[in-house]
Amino acid sequence: MTGFRGRADRSVPLGVPAERIARPWPERPVSAANKSGSDNAALRDAWEQSAPALGPASATTAILGIETSCDETAAAVVAGGQQVLSSVVSSQVDLHARYGGVVPEVAGRAHVVRMVPVVSQALVESALDDSDIAAVAATVGPGLVGALLVGVSAAKALALVWDVPFVAVNHLEAHLHAAFLDEPSLELPVVVILVSGGHTMLVLMEDRLRYRVLGATVDDAAGEAFDKVARYMGLGYPGGPVIDRLSVQGAPDAIAFPRAMLHDGWNFSFSGLKTSVINHLRRNPDSTAEDVAASFQEAVADVLVAKARRAAAAHHARGLCLAGGVAANSRLREMTLDACTADGLAAYLPSRAMCTDNAAMVAAAGWWRLQADGPSPLTVGADPSLSLPES
Amino acid sequence: MLILGIESATGRVGCAVGGHDGVLASVQATRERRHAELLAPQIQVVCDNAGISLRDLAAVAVDVGPGLYTGLRVGVATAVTIAHALSVPMVPAASLDLVAHRLRHCGRAVAVVIDARRGEVFHARYRCVPGGVQRISEPAVGSPDHVVSQIMAEGGETLVVGDGAVRYRERFDPLREACVADRGFAHPSAESLVLLAHAQALREEFVRPEAVEPLYLRRPDAEPNPREGAP
Repeated sequence: MTGFRGRADRSVPLGVPAERIARPWPERPVSAANKSGSDNAALRDAWEQSAPALGPASATTAILGIETSCDETAAAVVAGGQQVLSSVVSSQVDLHARYGGVVPEVAGRAHVVRMVPVVSQALVESALDDSDIAAVAATVGPGLVGALLVGVSAAKALALVWDVPFVAVNHLEAHLHAAFLDEPSLELPVVVILVSGGHTMLVLMEDRLRYRVLGATVDDAAGEAFDKVARYMGLGYPGGPVIDRLSVQGAPDAIAFPRAMLHDGWNFSFSGLKTSVINHLRRNPDSTAEDVAASFQEAVADVLVAKARRAAAAHHARGLCLAGGVAANSRLREMTLDACTADGLAAYLPSRAMCTDNAAMVAAAGWWRLQADGPSPLTVGADPSLSLPES
Repeated sequence: MLILGIESATGRVGCAVGGHDGVLASVQATRERRHAELLAPQIQVVCDNAGISLRDLAAVAVDVGPGLYTGLRVGVATAVTIAHALSVPMVPAASLDLVAHRLRHCGRAVAVVIDARRGEVFHARYRCVPGGVQRISEPAVGSPDHVVSQIMAEGGETLVVGDGAVRYRERFDPLREACVADRGFAHPSAESLVLLAHAQALREEFVRPEAVEPLYLRRPDAEPNPREGAP
C-alpha cells in the first residue's frame, strides 16, 4: 500500500498538489456554513466582498458539475458557464432495462460505484488541475432522493477538500441552461419545451435566471408515456428511441389518437393518450407497430409544439427551445423547426448530449447561480420534489 | 498519522478525527434522514475543533454498514470522494464491529443487532478478548427471532446491543441468557471507528478508495421483468 499516497502519483487524477493554491476568496467561516437559511445572506456577502469579477473562460472560472438525479452518473467541467471543457456521462440504462424502468435502489448503488471514476475522467479530460476548479455544483433536486444524495455528498466532499464554494443546482434550471452551451448566441426570451421521463413543462425563459412555468403535465410526463406505450407494445425500455426508430416506417396519420387539452390552457395530459393507444391495440391487434408508434409520437409532438407556438405568440418570445430527454425525439425536433420557420421564430434544438441528463448543464447553471446568489451552505440536502424557482 | 472517521450507517450520523493520541475531536447527531445535510458541516467542525486541515489526513475510515442504505451511501460517497481527492488510502469497517467495540470490556458474549427495517435485523456475534472484541459470526440479515434462537443455542450470558435490540427488546427480554444494553450503546460510534482504523492503519491494512463499497447484505428490491409487453 505504500506508494499509493503522494503527489508524485499523478495517475490518481484527483491528487492534490502539496502547495495550496491561493484562492481569490477567503476561507468560509465554519459557523456560517453550520446553520442554514438566513446564513445564505452572510455567505453571499462574504462571497461578494471577496470574489473578483470572473472573466470568461479562464481557468479560475471553471466549475465542476455533478449530476446524479436519476439513472445517469455525470460530471463535467465548464468554464465561465459557457465553455464545456469536458462532459462525462455514465448511463445506467443497461442496468435498468431488464427491470423495464428505473429502479431507485439499483440507481443509488450504481451511483456510489461510478461517482469517483466519472469525476476523475471529467477532470482528466478537462486538462485542468483540480486546483483550477473554482467551485463544485451538484444537482440537489428534483429526482430520486437516493440517487441525488450520492452526487450532493460527493460535491460537498470535494468542496471541503479543495476549499471552494459548493453550489446547489436545480435539475430543471440546469436543463434550461443546456441550450446555451450549444447555442451561445441564444436570444431571450424563449419558450422552452422541457420534456423528459420525469417532467413535461412549458417555460417562458426571460433571462438566465428569470423564468415562468406557463404549464405542466397534469398526469404522466411525455417521456413516461413513451416508456409505457413501448412497454405495452413489447418494445422494451427505454421507449423513446425505439418508438422514434419505428415511426420512420409508419404513417403518422394512420390512427387519429386524441390530442388532450390542445386548445385548453398551457397544461398537458398524456395519460389519456396512453390509454387510447392501449385500447386501440386491444381492439385492432392487427394494426402495425410502425403506424401505432408514428401516430402516437405525432400526437405527443403535436400538442407540445402547438402549445409552445401559442405561448411564444402570447408572450412575444423570440424563439422556441427544446430541453430534456424527449427533446432528442426526431419528430418533435422536426415539428419545432417547422413551427419556428412558419412563425418567424428562432429554433434552438440542442444536441442529443445536451438534451439528456448531463453535468455540463449543471455546471453552467451553477456558474450563473454562483454569480447571482453566491455559494450554497453545506447544510443543503437533496430535495426530491424541488420545483423550478420562479421570479 | 491522522485519520478521519465517517459513520452514517444507522439513524445516527457522525465523524471523528484522531491518531496516535486517540480521538482528537468528534461530533454526532441522531436525527433520522438528515445525514446529507449534517455530515459535511460536521466534518468542518471536527477538523476545526481538532485544529487540523483535511490535507493533514493520512487516511479516511468509513463505516460501510450494514445499515440503512440512504445513510450509508451519504457516508461512503463522502468518505471515498475525500480520500480520492486527497490521494490517501481508506480503512473500511463494519457497523456491527463499531457497536461491539464499545463493549469490549464487558466480559460477556455480545450480540449486535441493528435495525434493518421490514421486520429484519442485521446481526453478528462477538466475544471479548484481551484488547478488544472478536467477531465469531459473519454479518448477516434475518429476523429478530433468528437471533433469539442463536442466543438460546449458544447458552452463555449474552449482552444484546444495537438499535435493533432496542426496537425488538420484547423479543430479547424474556430470555434468561440475554440482557439488552440501553440506548446509549445502540449506535455505531465514529470514535470507535477512528480507534479501530488507527490500529489497522498501523498494520497498513489499507484499501484503495475505489474498492470501498457499502455492505448492503440484501439485493435491490426489484425483480427483473421478463414479461415485457404486460401493462
